[in-house]
Amino acid sequence: MADINTLPEIARQVRRDILRMVHAVNSGHPGGSLGCADYLTALYFHYMVHDASNFTPHGNGEDVFVMSNGHISPVFYSALARSGYFPTSELATFRKLNTRLQGHPTTHEGLPGVRVATGSLGQGLSVAIGFAMQKKLDGDTHTVYALTGDGELQEGQIWEAVMFAAHNKVDNLLVAVDFNQQQIDGSTADVMGITELVSKFRAFGWITLEMDGNDWDDIHRVMPQAQNQLGCEKPVIIIMKTEMGQGVDFMMGSHAWHGKAPNDAQLAEALLQLPVTELGDY
Amino acid sequence: MKSFEILDNKDTRSGFGAGLLEIGKQDPRVVAMCADLTGSLVMNLFKDEFPDRFFQAGIMEANMMGVAAGMALGGKIPFTGTFANFSTGRVYDQIRQSIAYSHANVKICASHAGLTLGEDGATHQILEDIGLMKMLPGMVVINPCDYNQTKAATIAIAKYFGPVYLRFGRPKWPVFITEDTPFVIGKALMLSEGTDVSIFATGHLVWKAIEAGHQLAQKGISAEIINIHTIKPLDVEAVIASAKKTGCVVTAEEHQMNGGLGDSIAQLLARTLPTPLEMVAVNDSFGESGTPDQLLVKYGLDSYDITAAAERAISRKN
Repeated sequence: MADINTLPEIARQVRRDILRMVHAVNSGHPGGSLGCADYLTALYFHYMVHDASNFTPHGNGEDVFVMSNGHISPVFYSALARSGYFPTSELATFRKLNTRLQGHPTTHEGLPGVRVATGSLGQGLSVAIGFAMQKKLDGDTHTVYALTGDGELQEGQIWEAVMFAAHNKVDNLLVAVDFNQQQIDGSTADVMGITELVSKFRAFGWITLEMDGNDWDDIHRVMPQAQNQLGCEKPVIIIMKTEMGQGVDFMMGSHAWHGKAPNDAQLAEALLQLPVTELGDY
Repeated sequence: MKSFEILDNKDTRSGFGAGLLEIGKQDPRVVAMCADLTGSLVMNLFKDEFPDRFFQAGIMEANMMGVAAGMALGGKIPFTGTFANFSTGRVYDQIRQSIAYSHANVKICASHAGLTLGEDGATHQILEDIGLMKMLPGMVVINPCDYNQTKAATIAIAKYFGPVYLRFGRPKWPVFITEDTPFVIGKALMLSEGTDVSIFATGHLVWKAIEAGHQLAQKGISAEIINIHTIKPLDVEAVIASAKKTGCVVTAEEHQMNGGLGDSIAQLLARTLPTPLEMVAVNDSFGESGTPDQLLVKYGLDSYDITAAAERAISRKN
């Protein structure tokens, strides 16, 4: 578990990784990745119980993380590499032929840290519930963490899963929604409104919390609260407000950088805003 | 032509229910989920014996596939149960990504497949499921022919690691495979040796193929009847050996011609041993309401259709 004072610097290095990865192959999804850099850093370096050096696909005896919004793979890969699942040098292979770091995460090439393929949206929450139920059956008291996008909540399967988890009292599950209110075609409000998330999840029987996913004080205030709500016969969800493109001023404030890579000049400008850390670039 | 005694008259779904109960007793990792069709799939036997390992999924098939994937990835052996239509077409992308691509050890068990579902009609009579499932890399596809074979297959797939699609049906059907017949995934079952034509049949149409074998024998034609219960991986050696021996082939299945068993065998023979081949299958059409027997006759899947196909195949030999 990393000291919480070091987390912002780790997250800054994760953001540099994200930008350099998508720039190198001129493809990928930097916007949501930058927005979730703080949360994945918080999970992998502080809040999750996990063993990067002895990765097992089944995750028995440790916390499990399922990232349902697989398109933000850059932040996932950086968090995994930076926390020791595979060498950071492998980040340079992202989206290239024969890589284990596929465009969207998969178990297929055997990348340590990934337990299920995601990318086609709406599926990861169900898988996370399955992991959580398996842990209960086996008497494993660890937690299953899941992350979904907010546009992803438009998928019908999500609401099947939400209903199912409450009905089955899946209370070893902590879900976060990346509430950045942007999706490919525009704002979620314009594309397909997903209003009143707090009351929606409460009506479905979930314990619902709100958090600013780009504010470290708020993360450290809400995460312990959320963890304390586990085991209360209800699934727990955090509506996590983030900014798409967080950390790079010209990438923030719109959906424009959802799935677009920066060019050479834009990368240079972005990296100036995120100075290299002691961890160093990959 | 070898004669087969009708041992009983039972539905294949009951064979599944009995097999699930038995493998549940043998392996505590086995869990089951069902989407509001517990009685229809005879999963109540497992549910009553192992209430803590049975999960009612509700009418939420997509979520059921995902939850099953998660439990499998965590180390369980989940069996999902619903009708074949809702086990495949409805949840294809969930199966593709969360199960097949992730190589999750889920057993997708599908009842009421094909025309013999009967009166419920075309909305429920899926005839495309074998094709859908066999196209997925790494997916095993099994369509047993009677109660005993379905029970044996259910037990066998639990002992195999990897995603499996197990297809069975609704009506009572002749039971003719003996209880002690071993079920080996991917191994064709020789039912009756012959010299003039090879009939490869799967599912309910295996019994129809046996009936056709007797009709052909009366005409002085020696048919070789082979039960292909595993459509993928196909028993390539058995198919080629029989086609080489008889010189012509008939395939029989309760499925669309496109994508089914006949399609797999035609593709294999075209590549390795071009052989006259006739297919008994549904020809690019939806089904309709009716009794199973009426539907098999109307859509050309009866024993007489297999006999006619065999005669056509023989006439095409050089």
